[in-house]
Amino acid sequence: MASAYLDFIRIRFLTMLAYRVNYYSGIVVYALNIGVYYFLWKAIYGDASSLAGFSAAQITTYVAVSWMARSFYFNNLDREIANEIRDGSVAIQMVRPYSYLLVKLMQGFGEGLFRLLMFMLPGLVVVMLLFPLSLPGEPWRWLVFFLMIGFSFLINSQLNLLTGLCAFFLENNEGVMRFKRVLVDLLSGVVLPISFFPGWARTALEWLPFQAIAYLPGSVFTGALNGPEVGYAIGVQAAWSVALILPILLMWRAARRRMFVQGG
Amino acid sequence: MPAIEVERLRKTFKVPVHRESLKGALLDLFRRRYKEIVAVRDISFRIPQGEICGYIGENGAGKSTTIKMLAGILVPTSGRVEVAGFVPWRDRETFVRRIGVVFGQRSQLWWDIGVIESFRLLRKVYRVGEADFRRRLDELTETLQLADLLNRPVRKLSLGQRMRCELAAALLHNPSILFLDEPTIGLDIVVKTQIREFLKKLNRENGTTILLTTHDLQDIEALCSRVIMLDDGRIIYDGSLEELKERWSKGREIRFRFAAPVAPSELATLTEGLPVRWTAADEESARLWVPRDIHVSDVLSRLVGSLPILDMSFQETGTDEIVRAIYQSGSASVPAAAEAGEAQAPAAPADGGEASRAADGGGEASREEPVEAHVRG
Repeated sequence: MASAYLDFIRIRFLTMLAYRVNYYSGIVVYALNIGVYYFLWKAIYGDASSLAGFSAAQITTYVAVSWMARSFYFNNLDREIANEIRDGSVAIQMVRPYSYLLVKLMQGFGEGLFRLLMFMLPGLVVVMLLFPLSLPGEPWRWLVFFLMIGFSFLINSQLNLLTGLCAFFLENNEGVMRFKRVLVDLLSGVVLPISFFPGWARTALEWLPFQAIAYLPGSVFTGALNGPEVGYAIGVQAAWSVALILPILLMWRAARRRMFVQGG
Repeated sequence: MPAIEVERLRKTFKVPVHRESLKGALLDLFRRRYKEIVAVRDISFRIPQGEICGYIGENGAGKSTTIKMLAGILVPTSGRVEVAGFVPWRDRETFVRRIGVVFGQRSQLWWDIGVIESFRLLRKVYRVGEADFRRRLDELTETLQLADLLNRPVRKLSLGQRMRCELAAALLHNPSILFLDEPTIGLDIVVKTQIREFLKKLNRENGTTILLTTHDLQDIEALCSRVIMLDDGRIIYDGSLEELKERWSKGREIRFRFAAPVAPSELATLTEGLPVRWTAADEESARLWVPRDIHVSDVLSRLVGSLPILDMSFQETGTDEIVRAIYQSGSASVPAAAEAGEAQAPAAPADGGEASRAADGGGEASREEPVEAHVRG
């Protein structure tokens, strides 16, 4: 059975590969995003050597690396679930002896791997040729970073599952999905590191799962977090990954009872 | 243990009611009103292992909803379901290994990958051993003639080709119960026949229990030993197709062609006293309607010697016609008029054959609750 779940990763990876135009344009989009933010941050920093705990060199690396993380943790599971509910194909999923949510998670993972390997790494090479990035020299930082973006994927996907399952309860969950997307992009620290927010907002954000998606792994990678802070950051991520399981299961149970199948 | 057992099964859906006008729309924003729709109303039946049962009814009668509850997709509002010894919705992941499901209007194969890749993935999902899978696949490839299709992507298949692949996909794990929701919809007559033959063989050789919904009554005639008819969420008939026809066909029509013109009045005189009805088509042909409780021999003995009959043919009421009549009346109980007519002449010796058939036809579970008479409001 485990091999079936692995197959879902493999098949999604291959399916993504089949759409080639998407592939090439994806690399350009990622390189462009990083480039734009690079110049934006350069302008913001001006002559200042350090802002909100990040040096100018660190912030460019932070931007590059948080986009790299985003390529991996980002997925459209919420939209996929909503679509399957809308067109009724969720019925087919329910007659298969597997966990629907776990399969979705695997498909998201296949997609994330694809983006990381096929968009982001080539994109990063392009970016490194154009802009000075200071990548960490310690191998442990790289290891911890990959562990942490694993958690990022998990937390972001869990939020997507929750948003997607809303489609069982709402006639149209488009609004909820957009709201979630804005929240994640804004509050996770991809656009603006959390340390740049005003004090009260930082305190509030520390109690939300979004910062665990991008800010924490980015900070560890760039060296803004060190020593015991790294362990704490991983702990926060792990705690959110566990804490989000319960609401998903509760929602899934309620959804099963409410399930309706559109179109006969 | 019956393969499928259903007791007082009910499913209701809550649907929002939209109020009219702008004011209504604004009110909807704050407090939504819901309406309850009953899709399946307390139905009960049991299907023994190895039976092929047809589940028919008009669109929206509740057929698909029932199948979806039986397959573990939907959770019933109330009542009891047991399929292959499992409560489908509760033990879903274990339970669905025992069943196969085909939805005529939905594909269960992965659109972007080759058929054989879909099959391989299903093998893993259902945890079928490699050797079993090989054997089963070879078998299915042969009987459903899939050899040329296996390496094509699903999106490049015609509907008929896809349907054969869907059937194979549903059977790779050798389920003991097969649910088919309109399996022949949109297929040409060749593929339809092929699929019917395949299902018959499957049932005969593996003892697979099959429950299928369809709008094509030829599916039912070709396959089903039993029919359950649904209307507005209720079972209005449960029994054999023969019995349904017998109960509902009120008689047969005999078509005559005469060698010479015959006056309608002459025809009427000949059958005087018999409850039959003549319809004259033209001077040289006529149609005679004979109720089913009148022996054809009684009628013919009066006619054969006196009329120059050139040709004669019998017309039974077709299944399509019968089912249409039932759908329209919303009840499968014999119409009141025919019932009354029968009641008036119960002692007639001509009726004997009919009566005894009805009496000894028992033994099947279906007889116990033959007809749930039901009058629409």
